Amino acid sequence: MVATQEAVGVTPQTSTAAAPRKRRRRRISGWHFVLAPIALVFVIPFVQMIMAALSPAKELVQFPPPFIPSTVTFENFAKLFATTNILQWLMNSIIVSGVAILAHIVLCSLAGYGFARLKFHGRNMGFLLIVSTIMLPTQLLMIPTYILFSKLGLINTLGAAIVPWLATAFGIFLMRQFFLSIPVELEEAGMLDGCTRWGIFFRIVLPLAKPALATLSIFTLLGSWNDLIWPLIAINDPGSFTMQLGIANFQGARQTEWGLLMSGNVIAVLPLVVFFLFAQKQFIQTMTFSGLKG
Amino acid sequence: MLVAPGASQKGEAPGRTKRARRFFEGWTFVGPATLIVVGLSIFPAVWAFILSLQEWDGFSDATFVGGDNYARLASDPEFLDSVMHTLFYTVLFVPSSVLAGLFLAVALNRRIRFIGIYRTAIFVPFVASAAATGILATYLFSPQFGVVNNVLRVIGLPQQQWLEDPAQAMVVIAIMSLWGQAAFTTVIYLAALQDIPNELVEAARIDGANRWQTFWRVVWPQLAPVTVFVTIWQMIEAIKLFDLVFTTTKGGPLDATKTIVYFVWESAFKGLEFGYGSASAYVLFALTLLITLAVVVYSRRSKTEAF
Repeated sequence: MVATQEAVGVTPQTSTAAAPRKRRRRRISGWHFVLAPIALVFVIPFVQMIMAALSPAKELVQFPPPFIPSTVTFENFAKLFATTNILQWLMNSIIVSGVAILAHIVLCSLAGYGFARLKFHGRNMGFLLIVSTIMLPTQLLMIPTYILFSKLGLINTLGAAIVPWLATAFGIFLMRQFFLSIPVELEEAGMLDGCTRWGIFFRIVLPLAKPALATLSIFTLLGSWNDLIWPLIAINDPGSFTMQLGIANFQGARQTEWGLLMSGNVIAVLPLVVFFLFAQKQFIQTMTFSGLKG
Repeated sequence: MLVAPGASQKGEAPGRTKRARRFFEGWTFVGPATLIVVGLSIFPAVWAFILSLQEWDGFSDATFVGGDNYARLASDPEFLDSVMHTLFYTVLFVPSSVLAGLFLAVALNRRIRFIGIYRTAIFVPFVASAAATGILATYLFSPQFGVVNNVLRVIGLPQQQWLEDPAQAMVVIAIMSLWGQAAFTTVIYLAALQDIPNELVEAARIDGANRWQTFWRVVWPQLAPVTVFVTIWQMIEAIKLFDLVFTTTKGGPLDATKTIVYFVWESAFKGLEFGYGSASAYVLFALTLLITLAVVVYSRRSKTEAF
């Protein structure tokens, strides 16, 4: 599994090929004629979104729409900030995803390590139980979870969005797989030097786990940031809206004010897009791993 | 493993305390995460089943109705329609996303100029939320002002109603899904392609196979387990379609895009029928299990070991 991740991760960097390919580089590969139009089709929606966000409102209710806006304006963003709590939503989403990632890093690596290395009564049963929950769709669980959370007083608070993301079965599974792959000898050496279990975990094992923690964080970020259905159910108070819930709700009120809707979209999507552009390799590893878990 | 050989003569007591210590140590490591995961999945799953046997509006006392909710679902045209809409979307989305992933992976699996740019362009929609993708779709496919209709106008084709046409709305949703999700199947296939030993392909070429033959006779069979896997995965995802519907059509026009999850959400959180909603959620779960099982059995039969 690790080998596969490496293979995918490494290739984007190694596009400058070695000697045998020198001859090829001169003639243009036919694949450009396939890939360039496809890449364009994938990018155009984003371009349209950004252009609409920067267009004067009245140019977006014309047909045919102008190819590019006549002037670049930030009036949509200004109006968005003035009429909605979008900064609050953004902050809420940052809090939800931030806490989710931190909690995942702490709880899932602890549990992953425990299931991978420690021997104790009930370990296999516990792990089996956790793995079996991967099959359960959230949509099956959301009604009782809603009832449970309303009894706990979590409904309409950010806590409702956070708690389901404190730890996930996938996160535990991922960390366990990682800890199984590192050599036991390292820990045994630490044991001989008189380290306690906790010492071994924090000083030896966790520093080695950085790549796995990156995968875990990205998985958690994608899931918690982009979630709509659960916040939609659990949060009705606009002050606690997450970004996705905010824009979905806003859309209902502003049907065809494209400039406003698209500027909201830009703010909702931009943080992850920027992250992706900087950490593409880690994102691809995360996608590969979440694919290979089955 | 329980007690070191040297310590065994000391009798049971030390072994027992050691075991107890290990027990506490182990559960301090795994306990918190296990509690959250099990508490928010197994426990609600059981609760949902109990709810599905009840009639309850969330306020008054629940009444036990046995299998009535399930019987009612079986004859509720609205629910049966939602199952059909979901299956329609699945049929549109799953094969196209698997084929698109395979094609894009083959196309991207080479070292040519700009390959990094192509890769990034195709992968980046993956991080856009379904909510934002849906809102974007309403703009791109707007019948009055949309870019897509403008393209049709330029090339001289009749303009369409897209999301406002019951016959087209689900197709538009599937297209936008594909835009966002193609990266996933592509990445998986790309990883699988890079795992195929080069000697295998070279041997086929030496034996005189052309590129086309090499791909279908040598590469494609090697990819079979991955194909089974992504098919199951995408099916499970497709059956759970909700977010995109919520931000494009809200189930309309004329309920044409109302999916099972949309039905679950509406009956529980709009109609306050927690029992009926839970029963429909269980049908959803049964459907995912059934489809997974069917694909696994089929692939076993055709000797494709994926699991």
